[in-house]
Amino acid sequence: MLIKHPDDFRSSEITPESLYWNRRQFVGAAGAMIGTTLLPSLTPLPPLHVRGEGERGGEDDKPNSYEDITHYNNYYEFGPDKRDPSEHSGRFLPRPWTVIVEGEVHKPKTLDIDEILTRYPAEERVYRLRCVEGWSMVIPWNGFPLSKLLNDVQPTSQAKYVAFTTVYRPSEMPGQNTNILPWPYVEGLRVDEAMHPLTLLVTGLYGKPLPNQDGAPIRLVAPWKYGFKGIKAIVKIRLTRQQPPTTWSMAAPDEYGFYANVNPTVDHPRWSQKRERRLGEFLRRPTLMFNGYAEQVASLYSGMDLRVNF
Amino acid sequence: MARLIQAALVTAGLVPAALIVWDALHDNLGANPIEQITHRTGDWTIRLLLGTLAVTPLRRLTGWNEIIRYRRTLGLLAFTYVCLHFLTYLVIDQGFPIQGFAIRYVVEDIAKRPYITVGFTAFLLLIPLAWTSTKGWIRRLGRRWKALHQLLYVAAALGVLHYLWLIKGDRPTPVVYGLVLVALLVLRVWPRRSVTAPLRSPDAPPAADPLPLPLRARALDPS
Repeated sequence: MLIKHPDDFRSSEITPESLYWNRRQFVGAAGAMIGTTLLPSLTPLPPLHVRGEGERGGEDDKPNSYEDITHYNNYYEFGPDKRDPSEHSGRFLPRPWTVIVEGEVHKPKTLDIDEILTRYPAEERVYRLRCVEGWSMVIPWNGFPLSKLLNDVQPTSQAKYVAFTTVYRPSEMPGQNTNILPWPYVEGLRVDEAMHPLTLLVTGLYGKPLPNQDGAPIRLVAPWKYGFKGIKAIVKIRLTRQQPPTTWSMAAPDEYGFYANVNPTVDHPRWSQKRERRLGEFLRRPTLMFNGYAEQVASLYSGMDLRVNF
Repeated sequence: MARLIQAALVTAGLVPAALIVWDALHDNLGANPIEQITHRTGDWTIRLLLGTLAVTPLRRLTGWNEIIRYRRTLGLLAFTYVCLHFLTYLVIDQGFPIQGFAIRYVVEDIAKRPYITVGFTAFLLLIPLAWTSTKGWIRRLGRRWKALHQLLYVAAALGVLHYLWLIKGDRPTPVVYGLVLVALLVLRVWPRRSVTAPLRSPDAPPAADPLPLPLRARALDPS
């Protein structure tokens, strides 16, 4: 697997304090600017060191340990506790594996996972991951932009959304024998979200193949959204005309929406989203709009009421 | 003998807390230790509350009257764990008093998050119960002591609701606790006949009477 290392992060990308306080105006202006001029030249790397609010200012985002990332997981296919996926995914077989790409496309494909790994070399991307429950990590993923795969299958003009499906294998995934959630797990993105440079199909972690408990052999990562949007063990990608169903939204529609953008101003009905616990840190830190990726993604939602479209 | 059992009960009751400390020192609490500590102390609070509420039904079913003297121990152990649970939330989770604005977040949590509202209320209800658990207070309050301590059912119910409202998805544990609580409540109310309330009014029929006594004796049940 070819791993390209990102360029060093430029200090000019750190949000100056004055801009932070006027961030809403800035985001609007930045959105227009990015949309019209910067997109072609935009490096596909998110700013890693976005400063938080005053009370936690100056904290770098240090990647969490491999141990933590592979032993603290929400992957209900293997059980509802954080330790269940690492403890109960031993029987899961990520090979052989095929991913079907179909729907509103001119060139549907059925790809073997090893074909995918060869055709779309993985890059290292260090992203924040914010769970809807209120904890977060920083994870060095290895993956490639979903847009590369989608461009190869040539979505038709009718394609408005991308729907994803996880494998259904109750014999290897004990949680699928319970009805804690409807199975198989499904998720979806709007086509522009799917085509965004930040959106990755991930196949590795810390330079090693993705372990079972983290979504082997291939999973989605959309870092500006809550973690449950990062569907794991993908077997099908389908381009659709209508907004597809998403599992957590089916389970609790008033709590989990389709967009699930990280948003400290829109609380979960039962708990606040203003702050989060970064694993490994002692005190909580403020949650950032779009998980700190506002510069890159806010323009996707301009004009949308994010309280209604949560 | 009773003292020995009391000592054993207190020791056993503190083992979960000791294990938490042990796991913390050996970095065995996983990636989110605060969540683990909060969860484990909360879990033991509910279990010990249910244990406290199980004493009277057990006494009735087994006829082992002396069990009543261990009820206070169980209740105070539950109170210990709820204090640990609340302090974990307040100090370690929210960072009070170290982190600025912590108290504001705590007040906001209590006011706006239903699961915390009921949890905090349950905690508040347990304070007078712990306070009045002594023999002195039982004497002082007399009949009202029993009425006051019925609040334990309310506190336990709020505790179960607190747990139920904080989890994602359909998880069985809080539902199981809820069912146990309902069962204990039912057992409290039925069977009526208490093994330690042989009091009858003077003109009651003799003991050979085939009719059951429960209806008359129940009102004077001291347990």
